[in-house]
Amino acid sequence: MSEPLLQPAGQASGQSAEQPAGQSPGQHAGRAAGAGTVHDVLPQPRREVRVDYLARVEGEGRLVITLKDRKVEKLVLDIFEPPRFFQGFLVGRHYSEVPEIVSRICGICPVSHQLTALQALEVALGVTVSEETRMLRRLLAVAQTFQSHVLHVYMLALPDYLGYPSVLEMAREESLRPAVERALRLKKLANDLTALVGGRAVHPVTAVVGGFTTVPGRDEVREAQRRLDEVEDDVWKTLRLVAGLELPQLRRGDMEQVALFHPQEYPVNDGELRSTRGLVATAATYRAAIEERQVPHSFALYSWVRGRGPFLVGPLARVNLNFPRLTLEARQAAEELGWEFPTDNPFASIRARALEIQYCWQESRRLLQWYLNRLGELVASSMRERVKPQPVNVRAGQGAAVTEAPRGLLYHAYRLGRDGRVEEADIVSPTAHNVANIQKDLEVFVQDLLDQPEDITDDELALKSEMLVRSYDPCISCSVHFLQTDIRRH
Amino acid sequence: MATNGKPRLAVYKLSSCAGCQLQILNLEDVLLDIAGAVEIAHFPMASRQMLSGPYDIGFVEGAVTEPEEINKVKEARRDCRVLVALGSCAAFGGLPSLKNRWPQWEVERRVYPRPELIHSVAARPVGAYVRVDAILRGCPIDPDEFLELVKAVLIGVRPRLNAHSLCLECRLQEVGCLFDKSGSGCMGPITAGGCGALCPGLGRACEGCRGPAEGANLAGFARLLAAKGYPRQRIVDHFQKYAGAEPAMVATATALAWEEAQG
Repeated sequence: MSEPLLQPAGQASGQSAEQPAGQSPGQHAGRAAGAGTVHDVLPQPRREVRVDYLARVEGEGRLVITLKDRKVEKLVLDIFEPPRFFQGFLVGRHYSEVPEIVSRICGICPVSHQLTALQALEVALGVTVSEETRMLRRLLAVAQTFQSHVLHVYMLALPDYLGYPSVLEMAREESLRPAVERALRLKKLANDLTALVGGRAVHPVTAVVGGFTTVPGRDEVREAQRRLDEVEDDVWKTLRLVAGLELPQLRRGDMEQVALFHPQEYPVNDGELRSTRGLVATAATYRAAIEERQVPHSFALYSWVRGRGPFLVGPLARVNLNFPRLTLEARQAAEELGWEFPTDNPFASIRARALEIQYCWQESRRLLQWYLNRLGELVASSMRERVKPQPVNVRAGQGAAVTEAPRGLLYHAYRLGRDGRVEEADIVSPTAHNVANIQKDLEVFVQDLLDQPEDITDDELALKSEMLVRSYDPCISCSVHFLQTDIRRH
Repeated sequence: MATNGKPRLAVYKLSSCAGCQLQILNLEDVLLDIAGAVEIAHFPMASRQMLSGPYDIGFVEGAVTEPEEINKVKEARRDCRVLVALGSCAAFGGLPSLKNRWPQWEVERRVYPRPELIHSVAARPVGAYVRVDAILRGCPIDPDEFLELVKAVLIGVRPRLNAHSLCLECRLQEVGCLFDKSGSGCMGPITAGGCGALCPGLGRACEGCRGPAEGANLAGFARLLAAKGYPRQRIVDHFQKYAGAEPAMVATATALAWEEAQG
């Protein structure tokens, strides 16, 4: 990007709404198209702030805010991450390649895309999987969420709260170095857990339709258990660190939240859709409940609850809707720290992530112990048999699945032809579910900031807006099928 | 060189999943050492601080799929002393090149209700537009190879990046041959190693994510797979995947598809 990070272009007395040539003509045209013609705008003092490329999120996007008389005139969340066409080029591919291909939608949550696709394809092909496969898939997903949340809390979100551009600058401070090292230790362990089941952390390779190509050995599992025991202190320190952060406040009051619900367990790969406003749906009825719209300024499609509006998915929605099924220790910690759930303050997502880090840590230990016990019950080498994919009776069919990815609800659906090749693919990622809600949150939040008695600087306004967007941990590459911040003041 | 004397590093993103950038952050054991040895001047996924060029070493992740990205790689070339294609998308077109088998308009229409708002072009590797000094293979990259490259640039030597056939690594690790196993369609013989035969070692046939090995006989391999009874359309699929915009792979896939159409 050739533009500076922040470009105040204040004109004390704007004579005309006509901007000088070369001053972000694209933005200008876009705004004019949305707000009548430029000549409708009365001569007003104008300020403009630009942030071209939203940092510490996955993918490319910008935010364009136009302000007039301390009012938000227009706010556009602009995704310039290029369109990626996964749903387009999956057509014609063999079902067996699909999990591997959709993995490449996202390098941060490849496990979620793989597992959701696998479950949808298994519905389409009438394949059932063993309890062992189900448990190993849960471990794979939990390990990935563990890694993703540690990455977000320490490396993407924390620098904003502490006033650093990145975690790497934080590491130079003697006082913060232990926290950074803790983050790296937890992250590495979570990655190694993913690799224990999946072969590697980014784009794992062992999960296939019907099961796994291989299984973890007893010694590797014991080693993972030992390392998990070692980081108990790191996990609790993470919760205390998050408890020490002063969260910005945003209360919209009308926000619908959607997450999976499962009566016996905290939702990961199984469950049905529930919302804070009474929505109940399954993977099969998802399309009747949720619709998508294409908007001109964005390559992401906007997601809506049919007949209602935008909604929030992700760790906050999950904790709000499933608090009783977190671990006892996590629930007690939330109470001791004074964290109230449910809440609709999106900034509280970081608390939800911290609770889920504790959950993922404890759940990984439980699943590993379950696995070891199961290994003890089975004769040697028969674990591999229990997860071995059975021959697939290739047939025409369709199937859908919903799971909870680190960033929230993920939907995959496929229609296969008689040759087992994809005829149609439908994928809606967590960030795609969230984009419309982020937009709505920003409109309210930026106005709240402007309504404060003391003047807020453009720099501060940009940072706070970015923090709101980052609180969603947006995964823009996933949602393209999103951020640059640009604040304009009249 | 930066004012503080450290080499300046930049990471760019094109059409990609960010997995290769994440592999850099996944170097947990040495990440802080790297940040000490170089100045991370431009790495938006990791830092809000974005310093302008020139840079000593630039990594480009992703395939070029948009006119704006063509300009971006030209700017990257202009600003970076050493320019590296980071991962198979940047090196060979990667999975984004899956869309190249259909006319662009058809792919757009399948995803977007209003394709006229979309301006995408066929997926191409970075090297199709500007000279690249090195490629890091893989989907995702191997973190150790990234480290090898950074170290080589720091001390001014040629990095050791091999492109021998994957089969060599299976032999070295005594992994049973999956190519011989009928029906696996293992791409190992023509695929560059360096991954330590990760997939075959885990019971999974090689999918060719590291692109063609040096001197690989692509057409001969395709004929061999066909002679073993592997479905021709599946062979075309394998050639139109991670290195789907690599000219020799495209040529082989086109010939195969033609043969398939002739029956």
